[in-house]
Amino acid sequence: MKARLWSWLVLAFGLLYFALPLIGTVEFSLRKRRGEYSFDAYRWVFADPQFRETFSYSVIMALFTIVVGILIVVPTAYWVRLRFPRLRPLIEFVTLLPLVIPPIVIVFGYIRLYNTSSLLPLTGSAMGTNILLMMGYATLSLPYMYRAVDTGLRAIDVRTLTEAAQSLGAGWITILSRVILPNVLVAVLSGAFLTFAIVIGEFVMAALLNRPAFGPYMQLMGANRAYEPAALAVIAFSITWFCMGLIQLATRFSAHSRAKRS
Amino acid sequence: MSAETTTIERARTGLPLAWLGLAPFAIFATLFLILPTMYIVVGAFQTADGTPTLRNIVNLFQPSILAAYWISIRISFATALLGCLIGFAIAASVTLGGLPKPIRGPIMTFSGVASNFAGVPLSFAFLATLGRVGLVTVLLREWFGVNIYSLGFNLLSFWGLTLVYLFFQIPLMVLIITPALDGLRREWREAADILGASGLQYWRMVALPILTPSLLGTFALLFANSFGAVATAYALTGSSLSIVPIVLFAQIRGDVLQDPHLGYALAFGMIVVTGVANGLYVWLRARTERWTR
Repeated sequence: MKARLWSWLVLAFGLLYFALPLIGTVEFSLRKRRGEYSFDAYRWVFADPQFRETFSYSVIMALFTIVVGILIVVPTAYWVRLRFPRLRPLIEFVTLLPLVIPPIVIVFGYIRLYNTSSLLPLTGSAMGTNILLMMGYATLSLPYMYRAVDTGLRAIDVRTLTEAAQSLGAGWITILSRVILPNVLVAVLSGAFLTFAIVIGEFVMAALLNRPAFGPYMQLMGANRAYEPAALAVIAFSITWFCMGLIQLATRFSAHSRAKRS
Repeated sequence: MSAETTTIERARTGLPLAWLGLAPFAIFATLFLILPTMYIVVGAFQTADGTPTLRNIVNLFQPSILAAYWISIRISFATALLGCLIGFAIAASVTLGGLPKPIRGPIMTFSGVASNFAGVPLSFAFLATLGRVGLVTVLLREWFGVNIYSLGFNLLSFWGLTLVYLFFQIPLMVLIITPALDGLRREWREAADILGASGLQYWRMVALPILTPSLLGTFALLFANSFGAVATAYALTGSSLSIVPIVLFAQIRGDVLQDPHLGYALAFGMIVVTGVANGLYVWLRARTERWTR
C-alpha cells in the first residue's frame, strides 16, 4: 500500500515536470497580443518568407535523406544477412558509431576534409554543400535506420524468399525492390519517420555548413524575437509527435496484419 | 541458364563479386563517417606543417580549456545521475509500483518521443516556462509571491541547463531501464520472502546487485548523450556558458583558439570522453545479459 502511494507521488512529479514546459510553451506562444490570447505569433511565423524557405528546404532535405538512407541501408542489411552473417557485428558497430562520435565532430571533419582545395571540394558550391549536409543527415540517422531494417529482416525468412524469387527468374534489383522491400516496409517506414523528425530540427550540421535550414532559423528567431520562438517550438514538437504517432500506427498495423496471416 | 544465375553461382563460390554488394555501404561509411573522424584524430597529433607532435594534446591542459571540459563533465555527470535516479523511480513505479496497467503504454510512448526532444525547440520551451516572464515564473510570483529569480535561480546557468537536459535524459533512462526491471523474476522476490527477507533487504541484496550493471551502463550512456549535445545549450545560453561543444562550435566558426590543430585536439578530447562512456555502456550491457538470458 505504501509502495503504491510512492508510485503515485513519483508519477505526479514526473507528470508535472514533463507537462509544465509543454503547457508553458503553448501559453507563451499565444501571448503576443497584449492582454488576450491570440494566434498572432503563429500568423507572424507562417507569413515569414524565411520560415517557408527554411522549412521547405529542411523537408526536401529530409526526403532526400530518407531515400539515400533506404538505398544504402536496405541492400546492405539484406546482403549481410544473406551472405556475410559473420560480418554483422562489424557492420552493426559501424552503424552505431554516429551515436558515439558527436555530430559536431563529424561535421568538423567534413568542413576540413571537403574544403575547396581538396580532392572532392564539396563545400565549394551550394549544391555540393547540400549533398554533404544530406550525407551528414544520412549518417546521423544511420543507427536508427539500420536497426529498424535489421529487426524487420529478422522477422522474415530472407534465404527462402531469395531462393524462391531466384527460381522464378528474378534479378537482384527485382528481389530487393519487389520481394524484400515490401516485406520490411513497416520497419523502413518507422526508420524514415524518425529520420524525418531528426532532420527537421537538426541545428549543428546545418549551422556549421551554412545552409538555410529550419534548425538554424529557429535559433536565429530565438535570439531576435520574443513570442515567435514558442510558436516555432510548438510547431516543431507537433512534427515530432506526428512522426512518432505515424511510427506507432505503422507498427500496430503490421502487428495486426501479421496476426491475421498466422 | 541466364546471365543472372551465373552471377549467383559465382557469388556463391565466394568470389569477390559477393563483396561488391557491400561496396555502397563501405564507400558511404568511409567517406562520411570514418575519414572525417580520422582526419580530426590525425590532425590532433600533427603540427601545422604535418609533423607528428603531442603539443596539441598538451595544450589542452590550459586553464580555459580545462575549465570548459570540467564544466561539461560536471553538467553531464549531474544530468546523468539525476536522470538515472528519477528515471529509475518512474520506471520502478510503472513496472513494480502497482499502478494501473493502462498507463504504462502512454508513458513508454511519451518517453520515446521526449528522448528525441533535444535541440533548439526544447530550450524555447524552458525559456517560455521558467524564463524571466515564463509561465511558471509568473504564476509563482502572482500566486505565492515567490520570485525565483531573486532567490538566485537562473535558467542560463549550470543548474538551469541541467534542468533542461533532464527533459530528454529521464525518458531515455525510462526507455532503457524498464526492460531490465521487467527482467526481475517474481520467483526471486518470492524466494527472498520465504527466506525471511524484508522488502529493503530484497532490494539491497538481490535486486540492486542484479541491476547494478544496467544502472551503471545507462549512466554512462546518459553521460555521453549530454556531453555531445550542442543545440540545446547553444540556443539557451548563446556562448555565455563555455561547455566543450560550444567552445568547439565557436572554434569551427571562427578559430577563436587561433590554432586550428588545437581545435582538432579539442574535438579529439570529445571523442575520447564519449568513446569511453559508450564503451563502458557496451561492456556493462554484455554483463547484464547473463541474467536476462
